[in-house]
Amino acid sequence: MHLEDRAKTPTGERQSDGHGSMLVNQEGAPAPEVTVAPPGALPGASSGRIAHGVGDVELTIIEPSRGWVSLKLRELWKYRELLFFLAWRDVKVRYQQTFFGVAWAVVQPLFMVLVSSLFFGRLAKMPSDGVPYPVFSMCAIIPWQLFQYSLGQSSNSVVASQSLIKKVYFPRLVVPLASVLDGLVDFGIALVLLVALMAFYGIAPTINVVFLPLFVAFATIAALSVGIWLSALNVQFRDVRYTVPFLAQFWMFATPVYYSSSIVPERWRWAYGLNPMVGVVDGFRWALIGRQTSLASSAYISVGVVALLFVGGLAYFRRMEASFADVV
Amino acid sequence: MSDTVILASSIGKRYRIGAHERYGSLRASLAKLLRGSEKAADETFWALEDVSFEAKRGEVIGIIGRNGAGKSTLLKILSRITDPTKGRVEIRGRIGCLLEVGTGFHPELSGRDNVFLNGTILGMRRAEIRRHFDEIVAFAEVEKFIDTPVKHYSSGMYLRLAFAVAAHLQPEILIVDEVLAVGDARFQKKCLDKMEDVSKHGRTVIFVSHNMPAVTRICPRADLLDNGKVLADGRSHEIVAAYLRGGLGTTAERVWAEKMPGDGVARLRAVRVLDKSGMPRDAIDIRKPVGIELEYEVLVPGHVLVPGFHCYTEEGACAFISVDTGAEAQSAPKPTGIYRSVGWMPGNFLSEGTYIIHVALATMDPTNVNFYERDAVAFQVIDSMDGDSSRGRYAGPMPGVIRPMLEWTTATTPRLMNAS
Repeated sequence: MHLEDRAKTPTGERQSDGHGSMLVNQEGAPAPEVTVAPPGALPGASSGRIAHGVGDVELTIIEPSRGWVSLKLRELWKYRELLFFLAWRDVKVRYQQTFFGVAWAVVQPLFMVLVSSLFFGRLAKMPSDGVPYPVFSMCAIIPWQLFQYSLGQSSNSVVASQSLIKKVYFPRLVVPLASVLDGLVDFGIALVLLVALMAFYGIAPTINVVFLPLFVAFATIAALSVGIWLSALNVQFRDVRYTVPFLAQFWMFATPVYYSSSIVPERWRWAYGLNPMVGVVDGFRWALIGRQTSLASSAYISVGVVALLFVGGLAYFRRMEASFADVV
Repeated sequence: MSDTVILASSIGKRYRIGAHERYGSLRASLAKLLRGSEKAADETFWALEDVSFEAKRGEVIGIIGRNGAGKSTLLKILSRITDPTKGRVEIRGRIGCLLEVGTGFHPELSGRDNVFLNGTILGMRRAEIRRHFDEIVAFAEVEKFIDTPVKHYSSGMYLRLAFAVAAHLQPEILIVDEVLAVGDARFQKKCLDKMEDVSKHGRTVIFVSHNMPAVTRICPRADLLDNGKVLADGRSHEIVAAYLRGGLGTTAERVWAEKMPGDGVARLRAVRVLDKSGMPRDAIDIRKPVGIELEYEVLVPGHVLVPGFHCYTEEGACAFISVDTGAEAQSAPKPTGIYRSVGWMPGNFLSEGTYIIHVALATMDPTNVNFYERDAVAFQVIDSMDGDSSRGRYAGPMPGVIRPMLEWTTATTPRLMNAS
């Protein structure tokens, strides 16, 4: 029967619209005009435009990726707006969705300060280098929470964006990069709180406060350097989700958040420097409350560790990303 | 050749089998590493094999094929979502892909925010989106609700807005997958018109669809994929006809020798269009009954399995859906074995034309679809015009999806001559 049906059509494509009489009834005649155009007609008609278009048309080559691939930073730069929009979405949705909204960013560090001041400051009488304990601990709590939040967000970022990754192409690195920007907003709010607390105790920040953004950036990059690894591993092994809270807890004890780094003996300083958050926390105390620090001696180790992790993470991520859409 | 915008040479994509264990646990991987044996778990298959393909500037190419033929894999490779395992593709120009309407839409955000977010995700610049913003909103017809979170939108509004964003993306190459499977008829037409419009401006469109009339309407050329290979490439009418005829030269019978659709409980072996005598037939007299037979194998006993089918017109409209409503099918678990279920349509029921049948088997309670095979078979309803069909003696066009033979009664009141 289909053979008979075909027999009607070879006279011309227009005819083919006739066998679906519904189509004609509904949509009228003009539509088939385009279908009739021979494939060559369109390029021919606009060849003038194409001729000088060829030079600047971007050429994409799709090939199997093998081994270690370049970081394609230039392409990443082209997608910077996407990075911004994804971060903006996270922030907007979070503040819109949660009942407390901005209050959440205030309550969290505030409670940590209250509880730590009560238990560590009052009851355990931990040394706080002559600074009121609440100020001492809050100087560390807010960069620590920035780090912890960013670490969690970035580790989970690729899996959380799987619906995007499976449906549209963009440099996958955008995802973990955008995920750490979100925490900076909370951090900003908490910082205002810290300033208020310092004003309450009559403590003025030192001139070194100008270096604060440097430590903030370093904390974010440190979180990202680990988060990139974990986000790529998370695609393959969902165990990562359970590892991150454990890792963060363990890491917190290795960071002088509730205690002073001065209790660590000098000869172990280099090992302590392996934890980049030590430098960040000490840096915060140095910049804000003028606490002397032996930061400089181990800073190069911290920077080295983060740089190594970060570059390694980028390379590992790039290598794994080709399979993300298939595996996630 | 400068007119070529996509040149794919013998691309292939290999996947690992074992879909439920796509991401393993670390423990399993470590165990595998320690044992040093990977062969058992890593069976592979080629979703695409040696596919070569060329598209020129301004061409609109339809890609058709059954489920699992490799269409989506091909699109994913062309749109760079996944890498091919081998081969090479050269693409000239910006590529825009629309594998799903509304990718990246966030329900909590307003329509306005989502236009910017979705546009950026699809690769538009912020300035570009701003320039087209009013056009996008007008196309989607959501002016009044643009500042409402999209979770409050009706599904129609949501789709319109999502398509509008994508339609205003102005890439040199547009890849569209199955977008038109959603939305009402008016919206589908609007989308098709927009795609035609895109191709008129010298852009290339790659269109994957199960909607055969849409493919024949907007694509002069089509490629038929089957089992990961290009089976045919040519004028879309011929390709669509070849596809509907299937491998056996008839659309009335389809038998699966391997890769039977289904899950662990049941799988589909064959689908047939039967005439009254039980013979497979792809052309049925409008006056006679038509049966759709599903032959399936039940592998695990204890499930209440209900067979059914969807009947689509050639235009892609669903004429009706039917399931076995018999008491036994609805409540009695089926023992293992091979079953043949036939659903009979009466004579004088469907209009003349081509009908495409999708078949399904579903488990009740908990609901689960064991298989759903689109475009399984097709048949034609013909009217031999003997004067005893519902046409009567009228021979002109008769629109309508169904053409029942109704019982007519006429009463007369004799007219009185002396009425004045």
